[in-house]
Order: sequence, then structure tokens, then C-alpha cells
Amino acid sequence: MEILGMSALMVATFTGFGLLIGILFGFFGMGGSFLVTPALLVMGFRSEVAVGSGLAFVFGTSVIGALKHRGLGQVDYKLAVLMVVGMTSGIEVGKYVIEFLSAAGALDLFISVAYIGLLAIVGLVTLRDARSDDDGDDGSRFAEKLRNVRIPPTISLNGGSSVSLWIILAVGFGIGILSGILGVGGGFLLMPAMMYGFGVPAAVAVGTDILQITLSGAFGAFTYAQSGYLNLPVVASLLTGSALGARIGAAATSLANEDDIKGYFAAMLLAGSLAVASKNLGNAFDVSVLQTVSIVLILGSALVVSAAVLYSSITELRANGVSEATDAHAKAD
Amino acid sequence: MFGIETLSGNAKALALVGLVFVQAISLYVVYGALGQVLGPRIRSALRGE
Repeated sequence: MEILGMSALMVATFTGFGLLIGILFGFFGMGGSFLVTPALLVMGFRSEVAVGSGLAFVFGTSVIGALKHRGLGQVDYKLAVLMVVGMTSGIEVGKYVIEFLSAAGALDLFISVAYIGLLAIVGLVTLRDARSDDDGDDGSRFAEKLRNVRIPPTISLNGGSSVSLWIILAVGFGIGILSGILGVGGGFLLMPAMMYGFGVPAAVAVGTDILQITLSGAFGAFTYAQSGYLNLPVVASLLTGSALGARIGAAATSLANEDDIKGYFAAMLLAGSLAVASKNLGNAFDVSVLQTVSIVLILGSALVVSAAVLYSSITELRANGVSEATDAHAKAD
Repeated sequence: MFGIETLSGNAKALALVGLVFVQAISLYVVYGALGQVLGPRIRSALRGE
């Protein structure tokens, strides 16, 4: 049986994977795009399609995020517009890089190596974060340097800080290139860049981040769709699962302790890095078992960590239920 | 699918991005309504009440 032009099994697989990603990233407050593109790579999709579909997924999830945060998030429109200008230019350049690498026959290797590195770095940073109480002094020092660059004109931002126009455009451009090449939303870079780099208050950074990811995600998805690199059935299935999972994950944040599970989450990102490496080694040396290992690693680790989130939440919910019932009995006596 | 195959270039790209947009809004509305209706019941069931 076919749904949306794809086999029912594949639709179920992508919807299920979307659900897991939604639970995880809804719980940890991230978009989840940087696990979608490597999963598509591991499943054998062309790099361009994996990146283009990843960007469309980013767009869909950020539209839902924008709807959820409407009325809550404050937006610095000046900053959002400048960042979108920088990011869309970067995405365009990123797509040219992709086309150049594709023509040179080096695209798959480049994207794979980039993802192995990205997932390993984000995984290690998350692991360090989970194991220490470090408040990130290195980041603060870097941010101070960024704010001290006073190339005119400078732009006044919400929160009272002022930053050079060129720094804002350069940061947006850099994140845009990453987004255009890897199919990620870039929220994990945008948030710290705005909060620590530009001195924007957290509430404004959240609202501005969602707006600019929505706009640049739409632009990125459109750019890749022009060349036929957007797989709608895959994106629709992933989005159906992740929108539900994100609600479950967000509800779980009030129950489970994030720090208890952060280590597992870091391990999952590292497993994602290994999965992409395993897939490439499998292709290079024609070892089919390595390709199977890569799929098991990326799907299995997402399943295990989201199960840990759910188990921890349900246990906490039951414990709360029992203590509330005990309190009610004590009051009645 | 949805007649998109008949389109090409920018029109096709715009239609695809538009469909993702419409799906995202639909999912937000549908899951939001389901959450309001079923959420308390699921919570109670998980609490063992």
C-alpha cells in the first residue's frame, strides 16, 4: 500500500522517527534538524535531497514553534531582518557550495564528514555540559570581544546593547552557510550568538530566533525545492510525528529532570556521528553489515533516549499522583 | 501528488513550501485540540487514577 507516493512501511518509519525526534528535541528545547539530515543520509537518500528535506523540516517545525510562542515571545524585528538578510545570503552561498561539490563528485563525502564532526562536537559539548557546572566563561569572553567590535554603523537592540551592523550580518551569513550546506536551522548557534554575543535578553532571543529560522528555513526549502531536492512525503511523515512528539517532550520537561538524561542525549548525538561514519565506511568498502549498523545506531539511540525521557516522566507523574493521594487521605483523616 | 507534478521550477517549489506550511498549521491545530480533549485523561491514566 502506498501513502503520499511512498510505501506505508516507509511512512510509518519516518513518522515514528519524527515522533522520537519530537520527544527528544521538545524535551531538550532544540529543533532536531541536525538529526534529520544524517538520518536521511544513513537511509540512502542523496545528500542534496537530505539537506533540502532537512531544511523543509526546519521550516515546518519552526512554523509550529512560532505558533506556540505567539504572544509569549518578544521579537527584535530590526535584528531579525538583518539576521535573515545575512542568513539567506549564506544559504544561497551554501547551495552553490553544494552544487560545486556535487559537480566535483565530492559532495557525499563532504556532507558526511561535516556531519560526523558536527554531531561529535555538539555531543561532546552536551556531555561536558551534563558533567560540569561550568557557566561558560570562554563564551562570555568571546561575546565581549564581539560586542567590542565597533565598525560603524552600530545598531541598537532590545535590551539596550548596540552591535556593529557588519557583525550581525557576518554572524547571520556564517550560520546561513552552515544551514545551506547541512540543512540545519542553526538555532543551537543563533541563540547563544544573540544572547551572549549581542546581549539580547533571553525572551527576545527566543522570539527573534524562531522568526528568523522560519523565514530562512522557508527560503532554504524553496531554494532546494527549485532544483527538485525536496522529498515531500518524507518531510510530511517526519513533521506529522515530530509535531506530536514535541508536545509530549515539552510536557515531559515539567516532570523529568533534564540533567539526568542529558548524558544519554549526548551519547545519542555521538551515536549519530558514528552512524554516518559507519554508513560511509560500509559504502566505501562495500560492507553491508556496516550500513545496517548505521541505521540501528541512529534509530536505536533515538528510541532508547526518548524511552528514557518517557519512562522518567511517567515514573515522576505516578510518584506525584501517589504523594497527592496520600496528602489527600491525611487531610481527610 | 496534489497535482504538483504538473508544475515546474519556481511554481513547484512554492507549492511544496506552501504545502509544508499548511501541514504545519493543520498539525498545530489538530494536535492542540486533541491535547485539550485527551490530555487530562491520558495524565489521569498514567497516574493510575
